[in-house]
Amino acid sequence: MFGLFKKFKDGFAKTVKAISDQTAGIFFGKRIDADSLEELEEALYTADFGVETTAEILAEIRKAYTADETLQGRQAAEIGAAVLTRVLAGAEGALPPPATKPTVIAMIGVNGSGKTTTAAKLAWRLKGDGQMVTLAACDTFRAAAVEQLKSWATKLDIEVIASHPGADAAAVAFDAWQAAKARGRDYLIVDTAGRLHTKGHLMDELAKIRRVLQKHDPSAPQHRWLVVDGSLGTNSIEQAKVFHESFGLTGLVVTKLDGTSRGGALVGIWRQLKIPIYFLGLGEQAEDLQPFSVENYAKAVFGLDDQKV
Amino acid sequence: MFESLTEKLGSALRNLRGVGTLTEANMADALKEVRTALLAADVHFKVARDFVERVQTQCVGQEVLKGVAPGQQVVKIIHDELVRLLGEGETNLSAARPLKILMVGLHGSGKTTSTAKLGKLLKKRGYRPLVAACDIYRPAAIDQLEILAKQEELSFYADRASRDVPAIGAAALAAASADGSDCVIFDTAGRLQIDANLIEEVKKLRAKVQPDEVLLVVDGALGQEAVNVAKTFHEALSLTGLILTKLDGDARGGAALSIKSITGVPIKFIGMGEKTGDFDTFYPDRLASRILGMGDVVSLVEKAQEHIDQKDAERMAEKMRKADFNLEDFLAQMQQVKKMGSMQSLIGMMPGMSGVEVGPDAEKQMARTEAIIHSMTYQERRKPEVLNGSRRQRIANGAGVKIVEVNQLLKQFQQMQKMMKMMKGGGGKKMMRQMEMMQRQGKGGFPGM
Ligand SMILES: Nc1nc2c(ncn2[C@@H]2O[C@H](COP(=O)(O)OP(=O)(O)O)[C@@H](O)[C@H]2O)c(=O)[nH]1
Ligand SMILES: [Mg+2]
Repeated sequence: MFGLFKKFKDGFAKTVKAISDQTAGIFFGKRIDADSLEELEEALYTADFGVETTAEILAEIRKAYTADETLQGRQAAEIGAAVLTRVLAGAEGALPPPATKPTVIAMIGVNGSGKTTTAAKLAWRLKGDGQMVTLAACDTFRAAAVEQLKSWATKLDIEVIASHPGADAAAVAFDAWQAAKARGRDYLIVDTAGRLHTKGHLMDELAKIRRVLQKHDPSAPQHRWLVVDGSLGTNSIEQAKVFHESFGLTGLVVTKLDGTSRGGALVGIWRQLKIPIYFLGLGEQAEDLQPFSVENYAKAVFGLDDQKV
Repeated sequence: MFESLTEKLGSALRNLRGVGTLTEANMADALKEVRTALLAADVHFKVARDFVERVQTQCVGQEVLKGVAPGQQVVKIIHDELVRLLGEGETNLSAARPLKILMVGLHGSGKTTSTAKLGKLLKKRGYRPLVAACDIYRPAAIDQLEILAKQEELSFYADRASRDVPAIGAAALAAASADGSDCVIFDTAGRLQIDANLIEEVKKLRAKVQPDEVLLVVDGALGQEAVNVAKTFHEALSLTGLILTKLDGDARGGAALSIKSITGVPIKFIGMGEKTGDFDTFYPDRLASRILGMGDVVSLVEKAQEHIDQKDAERMAEKMRKADFNLEDFLAQMQQVKKMGSMQSLIGMMPGMSGVEVGPDAEKQMARTEAIIHSMTYQERRKPEVLNGSRRQRIANGAGVKIVEVNQLLKQFQQMQKMMKMMKGGGGKKMMRQMEMMQRQGKGGFPGM
């Protein structure tokens, strides 16, 4: 456990740097002018904010600039951060203490988005908070997916319930719930196979997992989180929409933000679906999972984070 | 919901109607829309800007042809330019034997799966491939490749004890020559392009094994990040090709245009599914249509194959190709659609229908459309031409709908048939005109579809 907090901070500092790199040059030490506005537009687009949010931020900065031509870069950044904060108001997810035991959290998403890694990270985090956690290896489809989760479980010393490859995913979930219940676990984290949202029959499998869990507990799975790769563009909105329609999402985890991607697509998802964002993935280690904070994110995007300035 | 690119182009180019010559001024609005639309398809900001500039240069000064809506010329220029850009370069793999292929990319982009797919493909082409597990980081990555190799009966090399990736690569080469393999595919760990240590590692691996091909594996839904990724990987490793994965989803694939423009590296393969057989050679026109939201009959058919048996699917593809597609086929297809899940994604693949949104009433609408077709005789379904006024009224009564709905369905069905005929004739220009026409009429789809 030692060093956990520091690691979190490091991870976040990395993101802060990545996100603010491009905009910092525009925002510091000079007045805004036509050129820097254009640069800003580019920076916002390349952050995957999408057409709507980019236009909204630009409009407010332009308005302020028209009213006062001596507008400083720092002020423009503050306006941008304020717009983003406003747009994202309410987007922070906070995991309440488990109301029932086990409280089930299902990780779903497209192939390679980071579900298994996030399941392990989350288990590790909850364990650190003193919760008792069981993992369910319900990706019975992808080669060695079960081994991947098991290997995490061994490393982090967390219980995992798994079956053989090709087994019925819903049956594994059913058994895992039973085991978690019998052992008085607080949380059951269900890792599922990656599936593209366009595949109806695979979406049906998710519904089946849910139905089967509901035989044990009608409110299960209490949390249905979509794990989204933060480096994707507009298609992640499409993904979220379809998963939401067929599975009723309750939360979002955005991964791989330790790169240079600014994860702007999460803003688009929030705008359209209002699904709260619980965590950001900032690396491949167990501790690289950061609770999402609107304020930190907005500040980071515009290079206003105090760590940086 | 982002409007589809086609739809946006349609409305942007409408403004051009009635002008004599294309000029910078009269195209400004339209081109701005085009740029916005490309951005919505995840094409990188700068790439979109450059692309639009190039198209503008080609357009300015052209006379608007008589009898053609002015926009069509522009759409055609855009499409052709896109096909040209995407298709540049050698898409075949190196002919070297032994053939050494290095697979690289971000986390979760599909490297391991693509390694197995490529192995399978090359085996079919007469090679004896060995796949080498060089991802020593992700838990069970080696197991994953081993399972896939076994499944496809490919030789496999791993050294679970080693932490020295270049040494593993060299040992894999030795193992390959010892067992008579003439093709080695190196699966590597996912890495961020800004991770200096890991980039250094893969550079060393490259230097050690001297691959003939270095293929960047990229998620087809990648966003603006595509440019940073491709640039750095290319600088570090001199890429020779791209593999675009997960295109069985509904991502527009604008990242491909970004990467292609920035690196000039040819796109060599397309991943279309999780199974090792779901690997395709790359067709620039298909991807261009996809980025432009013009539909992709081929993908539609491929998708259908997952749910319909092979013979049915082939028959349907054939019918679409020959434009011999009647209302009965349509009904059958609609019933399949129900099985196939997300209507929206399916519709995106239908020619000319990419902009059609499936609203909450869609299911109800679809039921009405079904009812209308059910109320027709078999003969009427096969030959909708025979449907005169009194027959239409009878059908409307039978289905419990207004006659205008029947008329609408038939009209749109005719348009769909026309589209298919044009695709069959390969008449890109004609098809553009048709699309424009459909957009002018406001909607391009079936009621309920
Ligand atoms: N850099 C980085 N890599 C991640 C993150 N989350 C997951 N990954 C990597 O992405 C790849 C796919 O993750 P995995 O959990 O197997 O995805 P799944 O298919 O959704 O279960 C693996 O190589 C992970 O190590 C993250 O936050 N940052
Ligand atoms: Mg997984």
